Amino acid sequence: MFWDKKNETLKGEKLEALQLKRLKQTIRQSQKVEFYKKRLAENNIRPEDIKTLDDIQKIPFTRKQDLRDGYPFGFLAVPLKKVVRIHTTSGTTGKPTVVGYTRKDLDTWADLIARNMTMVGITDDDVFQNMVNYGMFTGGLGFHYGAEKIGMTVIPSATGNTKRQIETMKDFGVTTIHCTPSYAMHLSEVAEEMHVSLDSLKTGIFGAESWSETMRKSLENRLEITAYDSYGLSELFGPGVAFECPERNGLHIWHDVFLVEIINPQTGEQLGDGERGELVVTPLVKEAMPLLRYRIGDITMKIEDDCVCKRGQKIARITGRSDDMLVIRGINVFPSQIEHVLLKIPEVGNQFMVYVDRVNHLDEMTVDVEINRGYFSGELADLTRIQKKVVKELGDALDLRTTVKLVEPGSLPRFEGKAKRVIDQRGDKI
Amino acid sequence: MKSWDPHIEEMPKSELHQMQYKLLKNLVNQLYSFSPFYHNRMKEQKVHPDDIRELSDVIKLPFMFKRDLRDSYPDKIFMASQEELVRYHVSSGTTGKPTVVGYTQNDLNNWTTSLARALTSVGLGRGDVMQVSYGYGLFTGGLGLHYGAEKIGATVIPTSVGNTERQIELMQDLRATAIACTPSYLLHMGEVAEKMGVSIKKDTKLRVGILGAEPWTERMRIRMEDWLGIKAYDIYGTSELSGPMFTECSEQKGFHVWSDLALVEIVDPKSGEQLEPGERGELTVTILQKEAMPMIRFRIGDITQLNDEVCGCGRAHPRVERIQGRVDDMLIIRGINVFPSQVEYALMAIPGVGQHFQIVVDRKGALDDMLVRVELNKESMSDKITDLMLVRETVEHKLRNALNVNVNVELVETGSLPRFEGKAKRVIDKRSL
Amino acid sequence: MDVKKYVIKQISVFSENRPGRLAAIAHALGEEKVNILAFSIAEANGFGVVRALVDQPDKAYKKLSSIGFNVAFTDVIAVRMEDRPGGLYEIAKMLGDANINIEYSYAYSGKEGAVLILRVDQVIDAIEKISKSGATLIESSVFH
Repeated sequence: MFWDKKNETLKGEKLEALQLKRLKQTIRQSQKVEFYKKRLAENNIRPEDIKTLDDIQKIPFTRKQDLRDGYPFGFLAVPLKKVVRIHTTSGTTGKPTVVGYTRKDLDTWADLIARNMTMVGITDDDVFQNMVNYGMFTGGLGFHYGAEKIGMTVIPSATGNTKRQIETMKDFGVTTIHCTPSYAMHLSEVAEEMHVSLDSLKTGIFGAESWSETMRKSLENRLEITAYDSYGLSELFGPGVAFECPERNGLHIWHDVFLVEIINPQTGEQLGDGERGELVVTPLVKEAMPLLRYRIGDITMKIEDDCVCKRGQKIARITGRSDDMLVIRGINVFPSQIEHVLLKIPEVGNQFMVYVDRVNHLDEMTVDVEINRGYFSGELADLTRIQKKVVKELGDALDLRTTVKLVEPGSLPRFEGKAKRVIDQRGDKI
Repeated sequence: MKSWDPHIEEMPKSELHQMQYKLLKNLVNQLYSFSPFYHNRMKEQKVHPDDIRELSDVIKLPFMFKRDLRDSYPDKIFMASQEELVRYHVSSGTTGKPTVVGYTQNDLNNWTTSLARALTSVGLGRGDVMQVSYGYGLFTGGLGLHYGAEKIGATVIPTSVGNTERQIELMQDLRATAIACTPSYLLHMGEVAEKMGVSIKKDTKLRVGILGAEPWTERMRIRMEDWLGIKAYDIYGTSELSGPMFTECSEQKGFHVWSDLALVEIVDPKSGEQLEPGERGELTVTILQKEAMPMIRFRIGDITQLNDEVCGCGRAHPRVERIQGRVDDMLIIRGINVFPSQVEYALMAIPGVGQHFQIVVDRKGALDDMLVRVELNKESMSDKITDLMLVRETVEHKLRNALNVNVNVELVETGSLPRFEGKAKRVIDKRSL
Repeated sequence: MDVKKYVIKQISVFSENRPGRLAAIAHALGEEKVNILAFSIAEANGFGVVRALVDQPDKAYKKLSSIGFNVAFTDVIAVRMEDRPGGLYEIAKMLGDANINIEYSYAYSGKEGAVLILRVDQVIDAIEKISKSGATLIESSVFH
């Protein structure tokens, strides 16, 4: 099934012609952004110098840091009046990255989600429970609008309260769910404990964190569903950028909307099909916030271009990061954010260690911090208060619940040169 | 007057009444023919659609109560097929099972229209930046205001609840001109902002607050308007009516209830008799154009009065005055409805503690704080503090899941809580607004 | 070795953190002529646990339960310490070396010298390790 057959199956010269046309528009649109105007001028590039798709390599990359430096509205190419939505995403330190949307952008985004869901056979007869955060996180509202566009029944249950989520699924005959894969594992276990079988469930859409084929098998067996990988990021609207078709060997990325490059993260050179590298995307139809050659940091590759479903070239499932970003329960965390938070809390030191593990299928993050000598009063209650404060501050900054362990001053490792403060024990644990 | 739907909003009273009668008549005919629930109800009440000959005949129709919704969980009173339903919202029921509200696309459109009119009537529109700090998800506040603000072309920042410092930073940095949240949360934001060295009045562009989901007072309005430099407007609605739907207009004298969407009455909570404008009683609403879950004479439980005079803004749509209380023991904690019976129900499922409890509600700073005292059981007694703390955390966790609101739990000795014969008085509400 | 004779029955009583609760417990035990030999209070937010060694634990348990207290028995062990500087260190080092994890402990200094009361994970295991190390354990008959 197709939502937009013509654009979804566009290939070869026709596709390239459309991409080139849209790339030129995007570059023109980008010139309304001071940053890009300067960027291109500094590199002696005039918009009209981009004559072929290959010419894109003349343009420098855009990095997450650039977006952060543009906070709050530095990357908007339209007046605020035309912006109908703002989302933010965590930056590497204090300030978030702001993403703006025009009404047309919201429409494009909802269409992408509708394409993805239709591709795996979801229709307006389906009942959809959306179990990710709403609000500033794009996963919630993104899928919500897409599912609504298809005409499904949407249950915006957001996160938390697993038992009630399961009761809702059962009571309303939910056929389709969207959540992080680890939450789905947790859900299946709680359902088993409750002796609830979720007979109506057919399809699981899982994203926001990377997951393995073992996990897929396990989820499909436990929940008796077909599980699909969903990929996206706020800077490129949100979820909906790439998605698996029923073949489930790679993700279709929408080439009429995104110009895809895979580069060597060290040299920045373009890599060929089948070569693993960093994903770089130039969105082709973004109005409010055009981006040129955005370095996403995720590691993948382009795979052969002959899917039986007739859609375009796929990328492989994400296998890692080119930086130290962690994904905990679907939320991006940079160790630098933790450092930034601890600097503001006088009761504890600035040294820290992060332990990430998977307990009962859910990611758990423990942060060890040293208590500062001057703040130990001998009262248990004071230690509890300090611990709670650190938990709260980290929670506010990372949008994530963490466990904080107070340790004795001087007991954490000190690093000369590159610090290795993260110990990720998740491995292949399901 | 700036209107979103000038034709309807500026209609004179006589025409509004005519329109309401047509809509009511049509609704009653529909439900009598197609809804087993309403058909039976009308039969029990010995009323036939033919008995509805003018608008005032609405008093012949049976009431609907929150318990009726609970009894029909999850979807027995729905009038729409699965394909027609596009949304569910869920709100707290009085015991374990929640109240479920279904929507067709038209229902969503009417809800959004109601809010588009309301937001326009307080002077919001394109060029405004609205921070929606109500909870998103199953709670209707977040998505309701989100769709309404998007409809009028404002820039929406869907901050949802929590993380107050970041909310203030975003309010400042993204130049929010309006905010939708509970009044106590806005007061809390004001306090946190001051601690951060930010004056909402001087350092932000905020000029309008759309405040609701809990009762508040004129005193709070004056304080917020002076202190934060905004105009503060009350907003009203419950999920059974679709969600928040009605606000005060720029006159700030009661919520305009759009006559094409709803028919309001005030009734005596004991006798059910309809009361006159200006008389205080229970708010009762008939939603005139609801497809998925029709509501005839729904007894909301809120105490208020009606003002049927034409408003200073020129609109003839009747106004409902500020909510002055409840007919039952429902509490509103941080905008969330909590029934003591829910606490009882949740405790029954926790083996570690007894079933007697006491709820103490207070306001810490600007925010509501709910404490539940429960008795430790013999089975969960331990010599280790950590075990006991775990019992307390478990109870907190389970209550939070049942009530959707953060609860502090205090473990007390067995037998130390008051026992009641007859009507239990388990709630101590120390808040004063 | 009969390790069981070193297992001592402690009573643990749940108590709210408000004035008069300790007095209520002590008064009830006094009425029953139960003698308190050692006790400690552990506090958390809003509540505490009174832990005590008494001469007649069963009687104490019955009495306190009958007036509504939550009471539990807990197995603890008692180690004699030298009542001089360094006495605690010797015992503590021995426990550390033997890899015994202490959940909590309290001490008293009586006629027969100083005594350290220990709540451990594995009581029997701890008794064996402590007696091997040469330290003196006190039999439960001394208390009850």
